[in-house]
Amino acid sequence: MTEQQQTYYPPGGLSIKDCALVAIATGRRARNLRELRDGIGEAAAASVYYHFWGSLLRPTFDDPRFHNGFAIWADHALHNTALAERLSVIDPTDYPDTNELRKHVLDIVDSALDEGEQIATAPDDNLFDFIRSQIVVFGTRRTLDDPSELPNAVETMTRTSVFYHFIDARRRTPGSVDDFTTWLSDIDREKYGDLTTRLASIDPFFATLVETRDELARAFHDFFGG
Amino acid sequence: MLDLLAQYADAAGPSVVDHLKQLAIPLKGLRVVHVNSTRVGGGVAEILAKLVPLKQELGIDATWEVIFGDDGFFRTTKTFHNALQGSTVSPTSQELRHYEEVNSENAGRMRELLESADIVFVHDPQPAPLLDQVPKRRGKWIWRCHIDVSRRYQPVWDYLSPFLKEYDASIFSLAAFAQNLPHTQYLIPPSIDPISEKNMPLEARDVQCVQEKFGIDPSREMVLQVSRYDRFKDPVGVIQAYRLARRFSPGLQLVLAGGGADDDPEAAEVIAETQEAADGDPDIRVLLLPPDAHLTINALQRAADIVLQKSTREGFGLTVSEAMWKGKPVIGGDTGGIRLQIIDSHTGYLVSTPEGAALRIRFLLHHRKRLEEMGTRARDFVRDNFLLTRHLREYLTVMLSLADEGKDRIELS
Repeated sequence: MTEQQQTYYPPGGLSIKDCALVAIATGRRARNLRELRDGIGEAAAASVYYHFWGSLLRPTFDDPRFHNGFAIWADHALHNTALAERLSVIDPTDYPDTNELRKHVLDIVDSALDEGEQIATAPDDNLFDFIRSQIVVFGTRRTLDDPSELPNAVETMTRTSVFYHFIDARRRTPGSVDDFTTWLSDIDREKYGDLTTRLASIDPFFATLVETRDELARAFHDFFGG
Repeated sequence: MLDLLAQYADAAGPSVVDHLKQLAIPLKGLRVVHVNSTRVGGGVAEILAKLVPLKQELGIDATWEVIFGDDGFFRTTKTFHNALQGSTVSPTSQELRHYEEVNSENAGRMRELLESADIVFVHDPQPAPLLDQVPKRRGKWIWRCHIDVSRRYQPVWDYLSPFLKEYDASIFSLAAFAQNLPHTQYLIPPSIDPISEKNMPLEARDVQCVQEKFGIDPSREMVLQVSRYDRFKDPVGVIQAYRLARRFSPGLQLVLAGGGADDDPEAAEVIAETQEAADGDPDIRVLLLPPDAHLTINALQRAADIVLQKSTREGFGLTVSEAMWKGKPVIGGDTGGIRLQIIDSHTGYLVSTPEGAALRIRFLLHHRKRLEEMGTRARDFVRDNFLLTRHLREYLTVMLSLADEGKDRIELS
């Protein structure tokens, strides 16, 4: 996405960053699909970000079937599994900015509203709460000088650091790719081609951050040995 | 000083503590004051007893102050507490006046500290009017609400909200508890303390002692619910679920463990109903435990094969995380904060009826491998999401966030 394009990998080195996220209530709630639609239409970009990306750092992420807040609620509170599936398959990195992503979500919700004979209402204790987040990014004072350091470095990374470099990076880099791929490609695209292909095949939306970290570490160990 | 951070590194992992240290670097030397109404007893005091020394170890100049009050003051604040949780009770105007006077006296006593603090966290309604009494304050003031206020009694909220609106921010445990307030409302779920008596590792013989004490046969399967005797915790529904499951697991035992009922007439009724439903079944134990029976509860949770929290309404329900931390799958009511802790079919099961609970008990008891895998995932899930270290991390993040409330992304140099 183009909203916050920043790079954090000085030439020759990858500066390891970490982050922490705090959730903030917006006060807006939805009890049915129509209210969800209105809420998505008017929510701040930070709220759309949270329900797609930020929630990966929150406990709600670990629903093994659906992996964004809208899909989980559509399934769990409205029992609309078809809608949940359509919302869940959205890859937010496919959209150049939050407004395009929002537009696509609204199209899907509108289609569901057109199809619905009657609007399901969520129970009082399971309304959709629109949440936004603030993310605090900080340095760890650790810089990798050579890609061969990646296996050990990734193995000991916090889950939030994995989130920052492997998931959040897709939102803030021009090509919507992770920081490792960007760094390796900058150094030698051809030499690290197989490795970056393998990184591209790791799907962070179907695993916990710890599982993603372990998979990344395996990929780096396999490539660099050790 | 006891090296608390090292103890938490053992429980939560060293990278978690490293993360806290890095996050706290920009906060070093900050003068932070927490104010609540008691130093012992209750969940808030338990949390502050650990959070404040941890902040100090991280280099933050944190202190913990407690307001003083007489019996009349605490009767009034108990009424607030009940009303905020849905009881239709209100203090009299005389009681409200006394509540404000007590806060004014406390503000006078702590004025210098409160005026000079960079950040003041005021916990729950007891000290809420303090802010009004410190007009020369220079720091940010945050109201931390530990109560489920989603069904608050409006007249009491109408009285309290003018005090709360003046704060710079507030913190609630769940989005469903957030209110219409004119400032940022952060969301920080509660947590369990992995090194407390209730959650620390136990020797096998300690668990055996508790089994012997209550006549629990360790060679047979046991399901457990730990909770107050309250109709919303549905202890009778738990007994129904046990009876349905026992038809397929004849050796099954059930333990219901909760507090006594000296000052709660409704709890006494629920205990009587529960004992009546147990109907003298020698494999059902209805235990009344004292409030400080933390080690006993710890041992019971470790002795159980499956833990239930079959609430029909729940604020947060931290007993779920306590059991999950001990590697137990939890079958919980599909309500409130239980939904945040149990990921259905992954770390446990969410159910809506005794029949649903019985089906899940049967399934897990007949698929031991699945039960153990689920228990392992449950423990990992709590390690990542519901330990005190996560709670502290979010407090630190809020403190950093206060400087740039309007920004979605804050980059520290």
